[in-house]
This record gives sequence, C-alpha cells and structure tokens, in this order.
Amino acid sequence: MALTDVRVARPEEPKHAPPNRAKFWLYRFDTKTVPYLLIAPFFLLFAVFGLFPIIFNGIVALRNWRLDDPTLTGWAGMANFSALVQDTDFWDALLNTFGIFILSTVPQLLLALMIANLLNRKLRGSTFWRIGILLPYVTPVAASTLVFAIFFSRDYGMANWLLSLVGFGQEQPLDWRASTWSSWLAIATMVNWKWIGYNALLYLSAMQAIPKDVYEAAAVDGAGPWKQLWAITVPMIQPVVLFTVILSTIGGLQLFSEPMLFDENPALANGGYDHEWRTIAQLIYKVGWRDLDLGYAAAMSWALFLIILIVAGVNYLATRRLGGGK
Amino acid sequence: MSSRLLSRAPQDTPGTWKSYLALTLILLVSAFPVYWMFVIATSTDEAVMSSPPSVIPGSNLMTNLSEVFGMQDVYFTASLINSLIVAVVVTASTLFFCSLAGFAFAKLRFKGNNVLMFVVILTLTVPNQLGVVALYILMGKLGWNGQLLAVIAPGLVSAFGVFYMRQFIAHAIPDELVEAARIDGALTLRIYWTVVVPAIRPALAVLGLLTFVATWNDFQWPLITLNGTDFPTSMVALSDLASGNYVVYRRVLAGAFVATVPLVILLLLGGRQLVRGIMEGALK
Repeated sequence: MALTDVRVARPEEPKHAPPNRAKFWLYRFDTKTVPYLLIAPFFLLFAVFGLFPIIFNGIVALRNWRLDDPTLTGWAGMANFSALVQDTDFWDALLNTFGIFILSTVPQLLLALMIANLLNRKLRGSTFWRIGILLPYVTPVAASTLVFAIFFSRDYGMANWLLSLVGFGQEQPLDWRASTWSSWLAIATMVNWKWIGYNALLYLSAMQAIPKDVYEAAAVDGAGPWKQLWAITVPMIQPVVLFTVILSTIGGLQLFSEPMLFDENPALANGGYDHEWRTIAQLIYKVGWRDLDLGYAAAMSWALFLIILIVAGVNYLATRRLGGGK
Repeated sequence: MSSRLLSRAPQDTPGTWKSYLALTLILLVSAFPVYWMFVIATSTDEAVMSSPPSVIPGSNLMTNLSEVFGMQDVYFTASLINSLIVAVVVTASTLFFCSLAGFAFAKLRFKGNNVLMFVVILTLTVPNQLGVVALYILMGKLGWNGQLLAVIAPGLVSAFGVFYMRQFIAHAIPDELVEAARIDGALTLRIYWTVVVPAIRPALAVLGLLTFVATWNDFQWPLITLNGTDFPTSMVALSDLASGNYVVYRRVLAGAFVATVPLVILLLLGGRQLVRGIMEGALK
C-alpha cells in the first residue's frame, strides 16, 4: 500500500532530469554520508562506554589507583597481578564461583530442555504456559533474591520447614548460610529459578524449527518419546544448546546480585561470615568499593575475563563433542 | 498402527493430563516466590516468624508500604521515579538508535557495511563487567557518578538491539519498497520514518520490552555508581532496605513487591511479544 501511495503521489516529477547543483549535493550527502550518521551513535557510545573502559581497565590494572588516597599513584607494574596469584581470597572466590556455576548451569539447562520438550506438544493455551514460565525472568533479581534469602533463613525459613516435613533437621534446623555447600545450593536455586523458563523458550523455538519428517523417519525404528528427545531433538537443536551454554557461562561466572543480596547485611559485600559464597564479581566489588583499591579490582576483572574466555571455550568444545562434533 | 502413532512429531502429539499436571506445577514454582513476596509484604512480624510459615496474605500491606515509603535514607519513592526515568529514557533511546542503525545495516549500501556489522556482533560477546572499574573512573572524570546520567549513558544503545533490528528489517521490508521511495525523491530519513517505522512496530515492541525489563532490573552498575547518594534506582534502594543490623523482612519485601509489580503488569500486557522476542532471538 505504502508503495503505491508513494509512487502515485508525485507522478509529474521528472525522474531523469538533470538535478540542479544543490539537489545533487543533497543526494550525494544522503546516500554517501547519511548511512554513516545512522550507525554513528552506536559506535560512538560503544567507543566511550564500552571499548574505552575495557582498554583503560588494562592500564588501571598496571597502576596504583586508590580511591581513599589519590596521592598514591604511579605505575605498579605487575604488582597487582602478582598479589592476585597469592591472594587466597581470590582463589576461594574462584572456587565458590565455579561451585555455584556448576550447580546452577547443569540443572538449569537440563530442566529447561525437559520443559521445552513438554511445551513442544500440541497444547491448549500454549501461549499462557509460555508467558507463565517467563515470570521469573521479568522479576527483578534483587527482589527475588530477597525472597529467597528469607526462604532459606535458619529459623522460620520455608526451606527448613519443608525439610522438616520429610523428617530432616527437626532437632537442629539447617543454617543455609553457615556452610559452603548449602549456601552454594541456595544461590544456585535462585539462579536456576530465574533462568530455566527463559532457556526453555530458547530450546522450544529451536525444537519447533525441526522438520517433522525427521521424526517420521525415525519413528519407523520405533523411537519412543524419551528416545525421540535424546536421539533426534537434542542433536537437532545443538546450535542453540551451544548458545545457551556460552550464555550461561558468561552470566554464571559474573554472578553478583544473588550472592550480594543473600548476605544478611548486603552492604558489607562479605558473601558469608567466612566468605562461604563470595564470588569473583562480588570480590571485585568489595576490593574496589569497600577497600577502595581500584587498581587491584581492575586486575581481578582481567583475571575474570580470562577465566570466562577459557571456560567458554572449553564448554563450547565439550558441548560440540557431546552433540556428535559436527 | 503403532508405527503411525509413533510417527507423529512432538508438535502434533497432544499433551496428556501428565503434561498439564507438570506444566501446572512448573507454573506454581515460577509464581511462588512472587506470591510469597506479596504474602510477607502484607504480614505482621509475628506472621513472618510463624511455623509453619503462613501462605495466606495478611492485612498489613498499607502499614508496611507506608513504612517503606516513609523510611529515611532509603528514598524509596524517589527511587521508583528514578528507575522509571532511567528505564524510559534508555528504552526510547535504544529503540530510536537501534532501529536507525539496523535500517542502515539492512537496507543502505555503504562501504564497510558488512565489516562494521561484524564489529557490532563482536561487541556482543564482551562481558560488560570487565570494564566496570574503568567505567567508574571515567564517570568520575565526567562528574557523573552518583547521578542518573551515569546509569543512563552506557545504556543508550545496545549491540543486541542493532543486531535484532537489522535482522527484522532485512526480512520485513522488501528492497523494492525502499528503492521506490528513493526514486520518488524521498531522503533516507524520510524513508525511515514513512516506510521503516510503520513496518517494524512489532519488533519495536519486543525490543522495547526486553530493554525496559533489563534496565529496570539492573543492579550491579547502579549499585556501584549510585549507592549512598540521594538518587538510587529502586534496585539500589532495595539493597539499602535489606542492609543494616536490624532488617525488617515485611518491610523489605513490601519494597520488593512494589518494585516487581510494574514488571508483572508488563508481562501481562506484553507477554505475547516478550515470548516471541525471546524465541525469535534464539533462531537468529
């Protein structure tokens, strides 16, 4: 419709008449320069607020940069990095980050797969179910973490009440924050809760793109629904599985909000009395804005980036392997 | 016979009562934390500390809300307004700049189009946390730390948005339409406004929803730059509510509930678009 409107609007205008000089320059400007003007905002803003901080971060990591003592400046060389290697806080945080990462990623993606498989049926109200499982995704992570912080509290917490129903911890309620594994489990539960539905939709979308005759061909061999899922569906959606593995690696290793707000006093950024669940991202925050040592925090950011790169690479290769290595 | 039964693709297999039961359970688990937030937001201290835990809303909501909104040093009312300002500005700007750039990448011929698009995609993979320390220093030099501007500026445009818009425009608008408008003498910006924008409304809705949700919920960077100031966003205010030596749960969750309600409303209004946006994003 728009097409004909525009054409009919000015039929009398000569198409190939020589344009006057001003018109010519306007046309040139419009076709040669305007496209760059349209994409310029992205590149400018990214250069200032994305690229520059990353490069500058490398410089900060090599300097003394303290918020509480601006006079203490100058090059630190590799001092921040060599401090990092000997910093047990860093290695503890790394262990916590990995522990929570594994506890949250593996069940998250497996359950998402199951749910996507459920949704990949002919269902009544399919939109309703899909919207419903997105509720955790839209819920602010700060808000949901505060609910879970109460859910996992030692006295009066619902998690402990549920455990007591099955006869666990009746004489001594479980203090979720007191030990490493239980705090990891609690935080992993929050992460799983938030992201399972989102990932399920990603999988579902890929599942629906599988041609139906693929199933029809395989059914001749008598593949049941379960075998169908693992033998046909999963290999067929492997690219999306890879994508979600990379996505949850990047997100999971930068985990910040959940461990922060699980603390009984988030302002301290402790991650537990004995830092049972303090993650790297949280440690960077603590070093930078509680200890006010930005140089050291910048060095930690670099270390985290390197770790993310390595783990994402390993996970990428491993997932490809599992899927048959096409 | 049995081979015909089995030959159905999952999409053609009707759900059994078991699938519906499982989905109902999943929905309950998804909704429970939000519901429980509401329960505690309406409760008294005694109800919060009862065993078994109460799962029925109390009648204390108004008291709890007035306590949250009246608390000194938390600026809860202001924080909601701040969050709204940040989310609206970031969303509007993202829609505008990303659709412009997406249009240029999808439909305009210029040198370096493909290379530059590749750069956009490359920037998608950079973990944003890497630059947080330097970003803080940069904002300090600009004098923006502690101001909403520090939260707004980095969000004004997104690589994902450019990518998403490019994909959508490439498919939704035939090249001939753009050419025809150009032959009729329309300038690029006019084509954007009269041809592109009307055709990409669904994509704008999807990107708008995704951006609004992500911006409203953002926690780490706002905490770093706005904490301790008079201009927190609602997520920073929530963390203040939950900090300190004496924390009142019903108050914290009343705040959390208020900060969650706008998003639940968004989900109810735009859930269909949100689902579509996420599912489309997976395929591209």
